[in-house]
Amino acid sequence: MNHEVLEKNVGLLIVCILVAVSFGGLVQILPLLFEHASTEPVPNLKPLTALQLEGRDIYMREGCAVCHTQMVRPLQSETARYGHYSVAGEDIYEHPFLWGSKRTGPDLARVGGRYSDDWHAAHLLNPRTVVPVSNMPGYPWLFDDLLDGEITADKMRALRTLGVPYTDADIEGAQTAVAGVPEAKALIAYLQSLGQDMKGYGATP
Amino acid sequence: MSTAMSWFVIIGTLGTLVAAMALLFSNRKISGNETTGHEHDGIQEYDNPLPMWWVYMFIISTVFAVGYLIYYPGLGNVKGIGDWTELKQWQDEVDRHEARFAPIYAELAAMTPEQMAADRRASQVGRRLFINNCSTCHGVTAKGGFGFPNLTDGEWIYGRDFEAIQSTILNGRIAVMPPWGAALGDDGVNEVTEYVRQLAGLEHDTAAAELGVAKYNMFCVACHGAEGVGNEALGYPNLNNDIWLYGGEREQIAFTLRHGRNGNMPAHRDMLGEEKAKILAGYVMTLGE
Repeated sequence: MNHEVLEKNVGLLIVCILVAVSFGGLVQILPLLFEHASTEPVPNLKPLTALQLEGRDIYMREGCAVCHTQMVRPLQSETARYGHYSVAGEDIYEHPFLWGSKRTGPDLARVGGRYSDDWHAAHLLNPRTVVPVSNMPGYPWLFDDLLDGEITADKMRALRTLGVPYTDADIEGAQTAVAGVPEAKALIAYLQSLGQDMKGYGATP
Repeated sequence: MSTAMSWFVIIGTLGTLVAAMALLFSNRKISGNETTGHEHDGIQEYDNPLPMWWVYMFIISTVFAVGYLIYYPGLGNVKGIGDWTELKQWQDEVDRHEARFAPIYAELAAMTPEQMAADRRASQVGRRLFINNCSTCHGVTAKGGFGFPNLTDGEWIYGRDFEAIQSTILNGRIAVMPPWGAALGDDGVNEVTEYVRQLAGLEHDTAAAELGVAKYNMFCVACHGAEGVGNEALGYPNLNNDIWLYGGEREQIAFTLRHGRNGNMPAHRDMLGEEKAKILAGYVMTLGE
């Protein structure tokens, strides 16, 4: 194409630039939208319960993802420490995903069932009571603030439009399930759910 | 990936490389005029060729890209001659690790508890495993904390028994003390608290403790046994010592009586496997001596 034509027609130049830069994205992203591995849930994947869902929102609100990832990479050192590496099918119901990118604290993708509820409670209240060298802040207000559950059902309806298979019964029971529960309990319920869907997935690394 | 999608990726990737090279070479010609003819506010633009270092860099990058696509999987379903995959790389790493450490674990796990206790390597490996897997709750010194058993005091809730400790590690433990607040009432809670302190050999109100005996024998004896001897087989704590999982102060005992307690040691079978659990059990057993 003649340079002069391109350089003197800004609209055409913009179109050509868009075509040029989008090629890299198209060949990388487009196939993933049609791959089974990235569009189908892992066999045991269950949507979060109302309480776990509220816990997840607290996880986001308190910025847990700033210091904790939820992404076990396929490296021996990580699978030995955390468990099976993360797969795309785990995050089908995640809107948005909470992979994170910085590990000030450990990865949490497989933390469910690793510690008892009491441990989590002690740790959230003041991490140094159980891990003396921890530099994680305490979250004492989570034990005082109670959930009211007024918009829990709406959140679940919104997630349903995005493809999370909540039943009508799940949504109807949402408010009763969470109303009056301390935020810490919801957060712990969410933490205990992490990685549970992957129990028994593939060969244990 | 479907064949059509594979071709889309192949054509998209190679097409971009070819198009970039074609664009590079078709624009290397210069007009022969000294300037491009562009003029803005009296400033003119020279019509010079692209700098050679830049052109060579571009060509080298393209050649590298072609080599990369031949060796690694990058073109749809084409595997590349290196036969590399992310999972294979991970599996190799795991296999190397296994080959190096599995014999050590197997050798140590084959020992009897007595041999392990005497073997320096077994205790070193055990200590590492303990720090990595147990210290989060039981502490680096294994002295535990509120609600997390102290492993160094010689008191074993499930008995000083290798198999029991190994089973605790592999399968976890769930301990439940039910709440007795409603059954005992406020006075009852206070009286039983005093009796429990008497059993532990602590300072107590004798009169109240005496009243507590009957209530203890009604509500507590089924698990904690006559005079608080406990039951190691079922993990019911012995009350005849000054060792407390949830504190021995009056308020703490009263809280335990009123609201009950829930202890939960998570199972570690998936994380550790039999061999490491055995080495750990051997190490943990030595902590209480």
